[in-house]
Amino acid sequence: MVLQAIAFWLLAATTVVAALSVISARNPVHSVLFLITAFFSAAGLFVLLGAEFLAMILVVVYVGAVAVLFLFVVMMLDVDFVALRQGFARYLPIGAVIAGVLTVEMVIVAASVATGGAAAKSTGPVLHVSTAGTVTNAEAIGRVLYTDYVYFFQAAGMVLLVAMIGAIVLTLKHREGVKRQDVGAQVARTPKKGMRLVTIKSGEGIEL
Amino acid sequence: MTIGLMHYLGVAAILFTIGVLGIFVNRKNVIVILMSVELILLAVNINLVSFSVFLHDVVGQIYALFVLTVAAAEAAVGLAILVTFFRTRGDIAVDDASVMRG
Repeated sequence: MVLQAIAFWLLAATTVVAALSVISARNPVHSVLFLITAFFSAAGLFVLLGAEFLAMILVVVYVGAVAVLFLFVVMMLDVDFVALRQGFARYLPIGAVIAGVLTVEMVIVAASVATGGAAAKSTGPVLHVSTAGTVTNAEAIGRVLYTDYVYFFQAAGMVLLVAMIGAIVLTLKHREGVKRQDVGAQVARTPKKGMRLVTIKSGEGIEL
Repeated sequence: MTIGLMHYLGVAAILFTIGVLGIFVNRKNVIVILMSVELILLAVNINLVSFSVFLHDVVGQIYALFVLTVAAAEAAVGLAILVTFFRTRGDIAVDDASVMRG
């Protein structure tokens, strides 16, 4: 139990500090790296809660795909990031006020939910969230996801497909003046089109 | 001391607030704004998972999975728009993004 508490505080502190570094780092590349740190420690929190499947999905999807996508875009765009940081100090007071009010509100709500809500009667986190005690976390999710929520699952796939097509359509660009392979023209080429037989008289050149 | 639901909700609340603060202080830098949105969605996921575990109901984790899907789609489309915007404008200052209108 003590070990669990130590792990929780370590992971929670890492998540919060990394998140703060994300929004305050001067270099966006560092921001992305701190974002990866935050995702990793959040995945650790998920493992601590007993949600191993989501923890691994978080690492694979966020760190492996989304964060790398961010990294690609940050490094690909040649942007003057110093100019983008002006206004940081100007917006800090109003942002801090709003953030403070938001934190106090949410902590009050969370405290009331955690002490008086339905979850207050809970005996604590269980490693295997299921009716049968022997089912693993991934199996418990699969049993519900592929039965009761199968249409939502299909809809999620549709969302990803639309996002993929949208991203491709947005970024695909046909540049002018670039020589590309035209397979149709190549296949349609015949000897008659491709070459010309010329009888050259001696002493004269040919006109090409 | 034992770690209860309150602790996880507290972490999620702090993470959410940091995300909102990031949107405020990095108003010009749209890349950091997108990262702040990811942080906010991560906070939502922590909330969903901790409630799912403490209420002994796996459905919360299913929702977290869907939130994750939408977050990935949002990041892809957002960054694609960003790349297109950069090609048109030459920078990514979102203050004068109104040129995209119409």
